[in-house]
Amino acid sequence: MRPKSYVPYVFLMPNLLIFSVFIVFPALFGIVYSFHKYDGLNPMEFVGFRNYASLLQSREFWEVMRRTFVYVVTAVPLIFAGALLIAMMLVQEIRGRGLFRAVYYWPVMISFIIVGLTWKWILGDSFGVVNYLLERIGLEPVKWLSDPTYAKLSVILATLWSRIGFYMVIFIAGLQSIPQDYYEAARIDGANRIRTFFNITLPLLKPTSLLVLILSVIEAFKQYPLMMALTGGGPGKATTNIVQYIYQTGFIKMQLGMASAMSVVLFVIIAVFTVFQFRLTRGGAIE
Amino acid sequence: MTARNKALLYIALIALSLLYLFPVVWVVLSSFKDANELYAWPPRLFPKHFTLENYTTALEEGNFGRYFLNSAFVTITSTLLLILINTMAGFALAKYRFKGDTFILIAIISTLMIPLEVIMIPIFKVISWLGMYNSYWGIIIPPAATPTGVFLMRQFLLTVPDDLLEAGRIDGASEWRLYTRVILPIATPVVATLAIFSFMWRWDDFLWPLIVISTPEKYTIQLALSNFIGQYDVDWGSLLAMSVVSMIPVLIVFLIFQRQFVKGIVMTGIKG
Repeated sequence: MRPKSYVPYVFLMPNLLIFSVFIVFPALFGIVYSFHKYDGLNPMEFVGFRNYASLLQSREFWEVMRRTFVYVVTAVPLIFAGALLIAMMLVQEIRGRGLFRAVYYWPVMISFIIVGLTWKWILGDSFGVVNYLLERIGLEPVKWLSDPTYAKLSVILATLWSRIGFYMVIFIAGLQSIPQDYYEAARIDGANRIRTFFNITLPLLKPTSLLVLILSVIEAFKQYPLMMALTGGGPGKATTNIVQYIYQTGFIKMQLGMASAMSVVLFVIIAVFTVFQFRLTRGGAIE
Repeated sequence: MTARNKALLYIALIALSLLYLFPVVWVVLSSFKDANELYAWPPRLFPKHFTLENYTTALEEGNFGRYFLNSAFVTITSTLLLILINTMAGFALAKYRFKGDTFILIAIISTLMIPLEVIMIPIFKVISWLGMYNSYWGIIIPPAATPTGVFLMRQFLLTVPDDLLEAGRIDGASEWRLYTRVILPIATPVVATLAIFSFMWRWDDFLWPLIVISTPEKYTIQLALSNFIGQYDVDWGSLLAMSVVSMIPVLIVFLIFQRQFVKGIVMTGIKG
């Protein structure tokens, strides 16, 4: 007995409908918008590549992109190192492994808004407990959120706290898949810890490391809610990254064409990394 | 490992745990302090006058109950929809041979390349055209189709023998019946993983509600919180109380399904 040939299409229908209406069409519209001048109310006016041209000339846009890149290249290595270090500690034969893992993983579950809010509460310039503790040990209080440099640092801190646990889980799985024999052999050869790490752990962990790098880079490029709650993108624009900038250009300044051109630029960056991710995970499976 | 190294390891892990726990513990303890104590200098760890005042203010003046219900409605409905449509699509792609099947699979997975962040401007337009602007459906329906979900289901069902379905067909069961009575029960692990992740995604989501919802009565918790914290005169007391309450549902889900989370991340390596 064979099912009717339309059956699979019926099962796929709701999904394909949503994908086309809410992802494929908007993506195409976005590209169309990016070649137009459009305020969302008046009819669109075709301007060719002018939006892209003015983007390239816009000092503000480059500044935002530079800031976003700085955030990415600061946050990603720290997340990587932190997650790997914790994962390596947690694959040792120790008691309470599950408990420790849960503690480090738990912030992953908390929304970025609440993560931002939590850190804003403890880093607050005048009432924050961190400044109180600094004073207690004889240090000067720090303007965690109102000084541009420290605000960036605060955003990084909150990012690390909320994301390391996620990548830690991926690293633990990667580490556990390395056969113990290799370590046994290294020990017999008298290799020290550092050599073992660089000659065995890191090379054998390469697929996992790449996955973590790519995922965290994509994620860092898109980050917005965390800054939204922690610093509001400020002080000034010190922590305004690309997504927030697109949002402001599109929804507050109502320059939909311009904002779409920026989105296309962001899309290209993210797409490149996503393609890498596909290659790496064969579409999501890394078992 | 030598005993000394082991001791050092424990010390490092415990110190790190304290660092990890402190921010949340501080928020929870602060939420039980009255207005004076909240900004008292020097701050105290434990509230001197334990009070639920912030919680009642959040409920009565902050309209928190409403936001909580909004979030609950959106999260639950969206999760049910997500499970239904993604398992259906995964089933079709795993258990039928048909024209365009590979193309459709690749097309679905390719949409991973287009995160919401890069299409929020045109999405807003589409949502408005469809009359979903400022409606819960605007945050429930669009994110319900997820490539991760389709892919997980498909991969899982590829390991299930076709004989089960053949047997059902010989007994005269309809394809829909096979899906609900044979496939869904077998796919419980996938359904559970999807349910948990969807719950977390939707409960914690900020960007969709930000784009779709405009009137305060329809705010989800995250949108309400982000609005309150952007105000010039932040009422930290009720803000902290709201944060604590809104962390509880995900904490419960996390404690019950911890293993599933770990498995889910390892299987997909994808968030959102």
